[in-house]
This record gives sequence, C-alpha cells and structure tokens, in this order.
Amino acid sequence: MDYLNTLLFGYYPYIAISVFFIGSLARYDRDQYTWRTGSSQFLRAKELRLGSNLFHIGILLLFVGHFVGLLTPPAVYHALGLSTSAKQLLAVVAGGVFGSVCLRGILILIRRRLTDPRIRATSSRMDIFILLLIGVQLALGLMTLPISIYHYDGANMLLLSEWAQRIVTFRSGAAEQLGEIGTLFKVHLFLGQTLFLIFPFSRLVHVWSVPLGYVSRPYQVVRRR
Amino acid sequence: MTNSTKKPRNIRAQIGMVLNLDKCIGCHTCSVTCKNVWTSRKGVEYAWFNNVETKPGIGFPQQWENQDKWNGGWIRKEDGTLEPRQGGKLKSLRNIFGNPDLPEIDDYYEPFDFDYQHLHTAKESKNPPTARPYSVITGERMEKIEGGPNWEEILGTEFSSRSRDTNFDNIQKEMYGEFENTFMMYLPRLCEHCLNPTCVAACPSGSIYKREEDGIVLIDQDKCRGWRMCVSACPYKKIYYNWETGKSEKCTFCYPRIEAGEPTVCSETCVGRIRYLGVLLYDADRIEAAASCENEQDLYQQQLDIFLNPFDEEVIAEARAAGIPESWLTAAQESPVYKMAIDWKVAFPLHPEFRTLPMVWYVPPLSPIQSAAENDQIGMDGDIPDVRSLRIPVQYLANLLTAGKEEPVVLGLERMLAMRAYMRSLTVDGVVNLEVLERVGLSQSQVEEMYRYMAIANYEDRFVIPTSHREYASSTFDAYGEQGGCGFSFGSGCSSGNTETNLFGGNSKPQRTGGIPIKIPIKVEPVR
Repeated sequence: MDYLNTLLFGYYPYIAISVFFIGSLARYDRDQYTWRTGSSQFLRAKELRLGSNLFHIGILLLFVGHFVGLLTPPAVYHALGLSTSAKQLLAVVAGGVFGSVCLRGILILIRRRLTDPRIRATSSRMDIFILLLIGVQLALGLMTLPISIYHYDGANMLLLSEWAQRIVTFRSGAAEQLGEIGTLFKVHLFLGQTLFLIFPFSRLVHVWSVPLGYVSRPYQVVRRR
Repeated sequence: MTNSTKKPRNIRAQIGMVLNLDKCIGCHTCSVTCKNVWTSRKGVEYAWFNNVETKPGIGFPQQWENQDKWNGGWIRKEDGTLEPRQGGKLKSLRNIFGNPDLPEIDDYYEPFDFDYQHLHTAKESKNPPTARPYSVITGERMEKIEGGPNWEEILGTEFSSRSRDTNFDNIQKEMYGEFENTFMMYLPRLCEHCLNPTCVAACPSGSIYKREEDGIVLIDQDKCRGWRMCVSACPYKKIYYNWETGKSEKCTFCYPRIEAGEPTVCSETCVGRIRYLGVLLYDADRIEAAASCENEQDLYQQQLDIFLNPFDEEVIAEARAAGIPESWLTAAQESPVYKMAIDWKVAFPLHPEFRTLPMVWYVPPLSPIQSAAENDQIGMDGDIPDVRSLRIPVQYLANLLTAGKEEPVVLGLERMLAMRAYMRSLTVDGVVNLEVLERVGLSQSQVEEMYRYMAIANYEDRFVIPTSHREYASSTFDAYGEQGGCGFSFGSGCSSGNTETNLFGGNSKPQRTGGIPIKIPIKVEPVR
C-alpha cells in the first residue's frame, strides 16, 4: 500500500506534469492544425450556450480556487488574518457554489454529447472520455464537501496543501502526507493528475490559447510577405 | 491633387473583382467548379465559397442580409467610431463560451448525399430500388430534405418566404408577388475581400489577415482556434466553420492561381464571361475615415474616393516608393475593375452599409425592356427606355448596391442603355449618336471601350492579373533565404510530420504506403 501511495502521489505527479508541459509543447510545435476548441455549437446550438457558459465559468473558478487554495502557504493566509478553519469554510463554500454551477453545465453538456445524434456522431472517443472524466472528477470533488464540513478544523486541507506544495517545490515526503487521508480524496487527486496527463492529447489544449492578446490588438491585421 | 502639403499616402494594391449581373445566366458553373476545387471535403460539404442566389430571396444562409437577425458587419457608434455590430473586444470575449450570433448548420442546410450503393446491392423486388438521402453528419437517413444551397432557385418557395429579402425595404412589395409583376435576377456571391473586414477584426486569435500585397483575406489554419467569432462577424456570411476540423474556412480568392497571374476558378470557368479581375490602387490610411462616415448612403462615394488614379504621376511615384512592382502599376492602368467601378461607374459594391468596404463589385442587371418599350408599355426617355420603369425596381437594386441611394444606380443603368443605343445606331443605322452619350456623360472613346469590355469581353480584357513578385519581399530578396527550404510542407517545418498514429487526435494526412497509393478516410455509410 505504501508502494502504491508513493507511486501515485510521489512520482505520478511529476510524470503527469512533465507530459502536460512537454506534450503541449510538442503538439503546439508539431500539430497546430489540431489545436482548437472543437466547438460543436454550429451543429446544435440548443442548450449549448447555457451548458457551455455554466461549465466554463464554474470550472475556471474551481481551477483558480484549487490553485490558490493548495499552493498558498499557511503562513501567508495567517498573515492576512485568515485562520485555518476560516479558510476551510471559504474553500467549502466557494467549491460548493462553483462546483454546483459547473455541475449544472456539465450535465447539460454530457447529455447533449451522448444523446444528440449529430454531436454523438461527430465526437471523437477522446471528446467523450475527457468530458466524462471531468464529470466524474467534479462529482468526486463535490462528494468531499460533507467530509470537509465535518472536519471543520481543516486538518485534511492542511495535509493536501502540504502535499501540493512539497510536490511543486521538489521537496521529499510529499506522498507521506497523504497516508491518512480518505480514499475519496485520493481518487480525486489521482483523477486530477490524470487530467494533466491527458491534457495535451485532448481538446483541452485550447485552454493555453485564451485570447487575452485580442484586447490590446488593433482590429485589423495585415500581413506583409 | 496638386497641393504639396498634404499627408503622404499609404498606397496599397488589391486585386478586385467585378461581376456583370446583366450577363449572369445563373448556371452555377462558378459554384460547382469552386466546390470541386476547394470544398469537396468532410466538414465543409455545406460550404460554398461561391454560391449563386436567385433574387429576390432570403439567400444562403437564410436571411444573411438581415443584420438585425445576425449582427454582422460594423456599426457606427455615437462617438463616430466603428465597432463590430456583434460587439467589441470585451463583449466578444464574454461571449466566447457560446456565441449568441452564430448561425447553426440548419441555417445553411444539413449536408446530405444519396445512398447510391443501394442501387447496386438491392435484391430483386417488385418496385425499382431508389437512392434515398442520408445526412453526411450522422449517416442517418433523412426523410425529408429541408434545404439546400440554392433552395430559392428561379424564384422557388412561396413569395411570403422570399419577400423577407431585406432589399425590399422601402418598397411596396406585395405587387411583386403577382405573376404579371414578378421579377428576378441572379446574384453570385463570394468573399468580398473587404478593405475593412469584420471577420479579421473579430478573430480573437488574430488568425485572419489581409495580405498587404494583393489584399486577399485568408485564415491561417494553424493559428485558428475555432472561437468562431468570424462566422457571425462577417455580414456576407462567407466564413464557414468546418465542423470536422473545428477551424473556420473561407474563399481564398484562389490565391495560388492569382499569384501565378491566373484568374480565380470561378472567373476562369464563367461561361457568361461576367467576371472581371483587376488591380486597384488605394490609400490605406483613408479606410477608417471612409468606413465610419456618418450617412450610410455616402459609403459608396467614400469608398470610391479611397481609390487612386493609376495614371496620376504623383500616385505612380508614391506607389513605386511604396514598393509596388512596375507590372502592378501597368496592370492598375489596364484594370477592367478600375474602368467599370471608377471610370464608367457602372459597377457598385454589395451592401456598402455593412461598412466593410467590399472589393467584389457588381454591375446591376437591366431587365428585359426593349421590346416592351417599343410597344409603348413603358416610358421612353429619349432614345433609351426610362430606367425607373424597368421590371426590376431601381430601389431594389439601390438597396442591394448603394445603401438605398438610387441616383448612382440610375446613372449606371442609363449608361448601359446608352451604350446599347449608341452601338445600335452605329451598326444598324450607321449613325454616330453623340446626343445619347452626352445625356449620360460618356465620351465616344469611353463607350466604345465599354462595349469592348462589357459586350465582347475578351479573356485578356477581363483578366489583367500581374504575377506576384516574391523578389520584392526583402527577406527573400537575394533568394538565399529560400536556400535549404523544404518546398511544400504541411507546416511542420522540413519534417513531413506524418505518423501512422496521431497522438493529438487529428486525422492523419493521406500518405503513400505499401501497395495502396493513397489512404482515403472511410466515408460514413448510411444506417439501414
């Protein structure tokens, strides 16, 4: 069990992150023609706008929440006057709200992708797989909320963020942090890392292409030879 | 143009097109040849870079001209600046997860094919087998085909549907639903390669661009991310979303042919010789002011004023200084597009009120009138019939071509009628009728040239296309920049980038292997 723990939470994170970066770079370099959002709005607009907006807004906020929540050292938020249990409460409320928004969206998107003949016929296996994976991951994340409310002292949260911070700062002993943590959290962590692993091979790469440069660009683009 | 203190001009050249609708017979040869060359691929079966519409009608995609519905083109804000009608940059980004103005494929039509194989494989039966339609998206049988690329062919569909045509604005249209008063014309359409394109402006990735040297608007297929804002931004609905590749595609103005000095496929194959290609010189610094002029009925004149006289010595000198090759300047002087649009003013932009400054212009059609006029059924105005009593209402043409302003269209039509009257008296009666020319403000040499270009329409007169001059591009000036290059590639550097499997989910490119020459993706078979 120790072996599996070390593999999945000590080594797997580095494998996943490496594939995430190198794979993205390779695809960007080699195969930009396949680099796109893969929007299916054109084939069936009905429900897409609602589902897609709820899903995207929800998941982006969840991502930011996880990023900030996991990687902020306790000393920093304590200095800002936020106690551990208050941060736990904040995480539970924000996660609950954004998670529900995202869940409403992804349920629409999953139903549409699986039942609409046009969308089903034009979906790749990866399109369906990645959507279901995110759906399951989201459900698992929401299922951890009652546990977190029960452990209002934030002990679980401290262990998880300590794990994440040790991983990104290349310190040893990351996997050991998770020895006592519940299975639900472990599965959620494993799927989360897996999302990074398959990111470069799915339509998710469009996340890299957030067109923020559009705001400062002049409207017209003229290319010289 | 003689004062010496004026601002230096930013001279650019563009290859424009004119279509003489008076001669279009609606044969769709342009559409079919274009389709065969550019869009006979999965994902763009529904896309017609060139299509021919019967007017009046709502067109393809449905009601594309109705910007209250589609929000295409530009809108002039109260402060006098322009903004894409679907919204500026921030609004575009807000709508990026779901574009509220995006047409659906059903606004074009569900692409279909017929199950021809059934004709070969059907068992013996009482009734002969039929090839029934199936959707090429799902592969499922379609019980009824609900639309097609030219659903209104020769005034097909009922008048109540066709009359939703926005060109009927300000016209009492009911009478044109009656058989005796009905009228029709053809409108071949392609990308306008605008001077102020909304598609370019709306692309969040910056993947759509206008080429500086010839004005062709292209989509960089590698940079397109499929945000699909361009599809809704184009008021002509001439950007097509490829639902297979997730990228947008558009008319390329057959740039590989243009670069080699050849006409586009649609122009080359036009059996009616209605298409003209030629160089126009323009001042790029005046685009913004022209496109944002207050009264939309001034847009036609504003756009005319952007174009520069290729015979003006100052213009020639400045164009040379701007690096425009000599062959392009000669071509600009011989340009049929310059003659028709600017010199004779018989060609007009399509829907200038969209404020994109389109570069595919149209000669309005005359209606069949001469015989009726001689029977005193419609008024004559001297030697030429009164254009205001033509079968096609002038207001309709003006709504199509000059934002509703009738005078320019009337003059254009009168000039075409005067040309006929002049040539008729010259060849039939042997009389030089200068009076009729005077009335429409044409000189004898102009009208004889008009006759040569518009009636005879020789290949060399219709297509004056200078080849592109790669040697003028500084990076390749001495050709050493090309040394060690890899010629044709799929954009993966010098590597073919081909693998048997594709890690990233795209379709592998067709390649030669073993005994089978080319792998062709397996077609979706209809579900039985």
